[in-house]
Amino acid sequence: MARTVWNSTVGKKTVMAVSGLVMLLYLVAHMIGNLKIFFGAGEFNHYAHWLRTVGEPFMHYEWTLWLIRVVLVVAVIAHAVSAYQLSRRDIKARPSKYVHRKPRASYATRTMRWGGIILALFIVWHLLDLTTGTVHSGGFETGKPYQNVVDTFSTWYGNTIYVVAMIAVGLHIRHGFWSAAQTLGVGSRTRDRALKTTANALALLLTAGFLAVPVGVMTGVVS
Amino acid sequence: MKLTLRVWRQKNADADGAMSTYEVDGISPDMSFLEMLDTLNEELILSGEDPVAFDHDCREGICGACSLVINGDAHGPERTTTCQLHMRSFADGDTIDVEPWRASAFPVVKDLVVDRSAFDRIIEAGGYITAPTGSAPEAHATPVPKPDADFAFEHAECIGCGACVAACPNGAAMLFTSAKINHLNVLPQGAPERETRVLDMVAQMDEEGFGGCTLAGECATACPKGIPLTSITGMNKEWLRATRKAGRR
Amino acid sequence: MTSYTAYTTGEPVADTKAPAGPVHERWDRRRFEAKLVNPANRRGKTVIVVGTGLAGGSAGATLAEQGYHVVQFCYQDSPRRAHSIAAQGGINAAKNYRNDGDSVHRLFYDTVKGGDFRSRESNVHRLAQISVEIIDQCVAQGVPFAREYGGLLDTRSFGGVQVSRTFYARGQTGQQLLLGAYQALSRQIAAGNVEMHPRTEMLDLIVVDGRARGIVARDLITGRIDTYFADAVVLASGGYGNVFYLSTNAMNSNATAIWRAHRRGAHFANPCFTQIHPTCIPRTGDHQSKLTLMSESLRNDGRIWVPKAKGDTRPADRIPEDERDYYLERIYPSFGNLVPRDIASRAAKNVCDEGRGVGPGGQGVYLDFADAVKRMGREAVEAKYGNLFDMYQRITDEDPYRVPMRIYPAVHYTMGGLWVDYDLQTTVPGLFAIGEANFSDHGANRLGASALMQGLADGYFVLPATINDYLARNPHQDAVTDGHPAVQEVVAETQDRLHLLLSVDGDRTPDSFHREVGELMWEFCGMARTDSGLRKALERIPQIREEFWRRIKVPGTGEEFNQSLEKANRVVDYLELAELMCLDALHRSESCGGHFREESQTPDGEAARRDDAFSYVAAWEFTGTGEAPVLHKEDLVFEYVHPTQRSYA
Repeated sequence: MARTVWNSTVGKKTVMAVSGLVMLLYLVAHMIGNLKIFFGAGEFNHYAHWLRTVGEPFMHYEWTLWLIRVVLVVAVIAHAVSAYQLSRRDIKARPSKYVHRKPRASYATRTMRWGGIILALFIVWHLLDLTTGTVHSGGFETGKPYQNVVDTFSTWYGNTIYVVAMIAVGLHIRHGFWSAAQTLGVGSRTRDRALKTTANALALLLTAGFLAVPVGVMTGVVS
Repeated sequence: MKLTLRVWRQKNADADGAMSTYEVDGISPDMSFLEMLDTLNEELILSGEDPVAFDHDCREGICGACSLVINGDAHGPERTTTCQLHMRSFADGDTIDVEPWRASAFPVVKDLVVDRSAFDRIIEAGGYITAPTGSAPEAHATPVPKPDADFAFEHAECIGCGACVAACPNGAAMLFTSAKINHLNVLPQGAPERETRVLDMVAQMDEEGFGGCTLAGECATACPKGIPLTSITGMNKEWLRATRKAGRR
Repeated sequence: MTSYTAYTTGEPVADTKAPAGPVHERWDRRRFEAKLVNPANRRGKTVIVVGTGLAGGSAGATLAEQGYHVVQFCYQDSPRRAHSIAAQGGINAAKNYRNDGDSVHRLFYDTVKGGDFRSRESNVHRLAQISVEIIDQCVAQGVPFAREYGGLLDTRSFGGVQVSRTFYARGQTGQQLLLGAYQALSRQIAAGNVEMHPRTEMLDLIVVDGRARGIVARDLITGRIDTYFADAVVLASGGYGNVFYLSTNAMNSNATAIWRAHRRGAHFANPCFTQIHPTCIPRTGDHQSKLTLMSESLRNDGRIWVPKAKGDTRPADRIPEDERDYYLERIYPSFGNLVPRDIASRAAKNVCDEGRGVGPGGQGVYLDFADAVKRMGREAVEAKYGNLFDMYQRITDEDPYRVPMRIYPAVHYTMGGLWVDYDLQTTVPGLFAIGEANFSDHGANRLGASALMQGLADGYFVLPATINDYLARNPHQDAVTDGHPAVQEVVAETQDRLHLLLSVDGDRTPDSFHREVGELMWEFCGMARTDSGLRKALERIPQIREEFWRRIKVPGTGEEFNQSLEKANRVVDYLELAELMCLDALHRSESCGGHFREESQTPDGEAARRDDAFSYVAAWEFTGTGEAPVLHKEDLVFEYVHPTQRSYA
C-alpha cells in the first residue's frame, strides 16, 4: 500500500495533505504559545521551560519535545520531497509555455511553490536564530527566550524576514488547507464554502497571531 | 470584420513550430471560429500555401475533436467548444492568437492538431463496466436513485476534448479521469469494479506523463461541459478508499 | 458509352436469408439455423470493422467478446468521436414500462408504417424485438439514462408515435450510448482482442475470388497506404448525407467506404431515400459549413407556426394570436406538431415557398415555447430542454425563452445504403454493412429515435449472430498477401487516384466543388423532386466531375497529414454517388416517405405512394463511372402490416 501511495500523483498529494495538516496543527499550538509573550518574560520563559518537561514523570526531560521535533522533521521532509517531485513532474508535463500567456492560470501553483521555498528557507533561519542561536543578532541565551525574541525583532532584517514569511504562511495555508481537504476527499459542493471560509479564517488568524509578536516589539508593548 | 491571426504552424511532430501571422477580411460575426479558419484555409489553398491543420468534426460541440487555445484560453473566451464559439465574441480589428493544446502527453501532430490517444488509454485501463453483450439483466432489475443517476450523467457528459489538460498549469488529466470514475463508480452497475477502476485509471494517467493536481481550478473553468472541480475531490476519495481496501486484502 | 439514365433492369435480387414462418419466430429460427464457429477457432478468424459509431463500436466490442480477432478503423483521432455522438433525442424500445399499450408488434407496426411501406417486415420485426434487449445492455454498461424519482427509467414520446417509448439521457442520448459502446470497445482493445487504428481511413475494398478479404487504408498522419486482410469485412461507416454539403452530419463523415464497396460489387439500395429533419437551426450565410439539429423532442412542447399573411416581417411578439397559422395543428389535428419528419419538413417548405417563412431570406418557421412556459413554468421547460435552448442561443444569439426559435429542415439521415440481406451481408460475400451504412430497416423514412436503436441492434445483436454463419461456411480460405494481383491492382488504383488529385494543381478548392454539387443536390434532389429538375442535375453532375478533374487544387503531398487531400478524395466519391441518387430519384416516380416527387401527389398536396409500381427495393449495380447502372429489384411483401395511405390527419 505504501508503494501504491508513494508511486502515484494522487498518493503523493495525500502525503502532502497529511504532512501539511500535521504542520498546521503545530503552527496553531506554536502561535498560541507565542502570544504568552504579551504576559511578560516570566510567563513566557516559564512556558518555554514547561515545553521541555511535558509528560514528566512518564517522559524524561525534553523527550516529548524531541518526539514532536521528530514528527515535524518527518512531516517537513515528506512535504518537501513530495512537493519537489510533484513539481518536477508538473513542469515536465507542460514543457512549452503558451505564446499568449495568461497570468491567472498559475497563481495558486506559483504561490504554493514559491511560498513553500520561502517557508523552507525561513524555517532554517528561524531555527538558527531562536533555537540554536547560531545567527542570532544579540547575545543569545539558552533558557531566556523572551529576551532572544525581543532581540530578533529589534533588527530591521529580523522583522522583514519574519513579516514576509508570515504572509507566505498565510497564503500557503489559504490554498493548502482547502487543497488538502480536496485531496483527502472531504470537499464537496455543499461543503466548499465552509472549507474556503475555514481556510481563510485559519490563514488570517495564524498570520495575525504570529505577526502580533514583532508588532508588539516594534511598538514597545513587548520590550 | 477584419482580423489579424497569429497561428502556430508546425510541419510535423519532429519539426520546430512558430507563430505565423495572417490577415483575414470579410468575416461575419455569425461565423463560427472554425468557419473563420475555413475562410483562411480556402485562401491559403488558392495561393498555393499549406492550409492550417486543425481537428474538427461534428461542429456542434459534442464530439470533442476541436481543440484550439485562443488568446491563451482553451476553446477561447466563452465557456464552450471552439466550434461553438462565434466571431461575435471578438471585435473588428482584433489580433487573435491560436495555438494547439500544449502538454507533453499531447504531442503536436501538425499545426494545431495534437495526439490525444493518452485519453483512450486511460479509458482502456478501466473506464468501463464489464458487461459483455447478452449478459445484461432486465433494465428495471436495479433501480438507481435519481440523484445518483443525475450525478452520473453530469460526469458522463465529458466529451474528452482535453481542454482541462490544455488549461492546467501542470498539464494534468485529473478532471478527465475523475469524470469517468465518478460517472461509473456512483452507479450500482459499476460497483464490482469500483476499486480496480480508480486505481488502474489513476496509474495509467500517471504513466502517460500527465502532471499532478495543484487545484488551480483552471480545468473546471475551461471545461465546455461544466464538469466541476469537486469531481477531482470525488476521485481522490475513491482512490483513498480503494487504496485502504487494497491494503486490507 | 450509353447515357447514364438509360439504365437497364437486371435479375431481381432476393433476400435468401430471411426464414419463412410467423414473423415473430423468424429471428429465433435464423439464429438456430445459422452455423456457429467453434469458440476455439474464433481466435484465428479476423474481422475488419470500419467505423466506431454505435453500430461499429458495438459490433467490434461484441465480436471481440465472442473471441474473434477484430481489426477496427476510424478516421477520427479516437473511436469515441464517431458522429453517433451527436444524436440528441433518444432511443426507442418496446418495453411498455408506461403500460400505455406499447408492444413489440406496435413498434414493428409503427416502423413499417413510418417507413411508408418500403422496408422489409422481417427486418423491422427483428429490430422491434431486439430493442428491448438494447436497453438492458446499455443500462448494464452504465449508460446514465434519465430516471424518475423512484429510480426507474423515464421515457418520452417522439415524433410519429402515440406511445411513450423513447429512452433518453437529457439531450445527449447518442453521446451516452456511444460512450457505452466505446467503453466496451476500449475494454477489448486493452485485452488485445481489438486492434484499433484511429486516424486511418478506408479508401478501398479488397475483393479476392469474389469474396471481401480486406481493405486498403491510409494512415492520415503519415499518409502511408496500407493493406489489411481479414476473413470478413464489416462496414459501419455511416450515411452519406454529406453529399448535400450542408447537413447535420459531422464535417468529415463521408461516403467513401460504402461507395468504394459499391464500385467493387456491392449493390446500393434506395440511394434517393434521404431524410430531411424538420427542426434544424436555419443557415445564416454562405460561410455556413454545417447545419445544427435541434432534437425533435422539442416538438412535444413547442408549437410550430408562421404568420397567416405573406411577407409579414413583424417580430413574432407583435403578431397577434389570430394572425398566426399553427399549420401542423391545422392540417393534422390528431398528430399536430408530432407528425413524422418528412411531413413536418415538407409542410415547412410549403409555407416558406408560399412566402410566409420567417427570419433572414424567409427560410424558417417559428417553434414557439411561450405556451409551454405558461403551462409548465420556465423551470420545467429548462429542465427538459435547457441544453437545447442554450445551444440555440449560442448559435443564433437569440433567447428562445423570450423569442420563438426559428427552425428549418436540413438533411439529416440517409435511409438508403448498401443493400444487405437478413444477415446484413451485402451482395459481395463476406462484406457486411451495419447501421446507417446499410438500407435495411427504415424504408423511405426513419422515425425519430430509431437510428440509435438500429445501430445498436445491428452491432450488439444481429451481426454477431449472423456473421458466424458466413465464417463457419467459408473456412480455411487461403491467406491473402500483398503479392496477390487483385490486391496490387486495388492498391495501385488508390495510389494513382491520390497522385492524380495532387498533380492537377488547378485553381479550385475541394470545398468549392463539394459546395457546388451539394447545392445542386439540395435544389433538385432535396425535399421535393421533379422529373425535369432531376434530369437537369443528371446533366450537370458529369460536367462538375469533368471540371473537378481539370481544376482541382490540393496543396502538399500524400506522405503527410493533409486534410485537403482527404477532403478532395471524399468529394470524388460524392460526385459519383450524387449521380446515382438523382437517377434513383428519377426512376422512382412515386412519392414515398422522404422521397417526394411533385408529379405524384394527392389533390390536397400529400405524397401519393404507388404501391402497384414501386413496392420494391431498388438495388443498383455499378458498371463504371458515369455508365448506366443496372437496377435489381427486390419485391416487398407485406403479410402483417398492410399498406395503407399514411394518414396523420
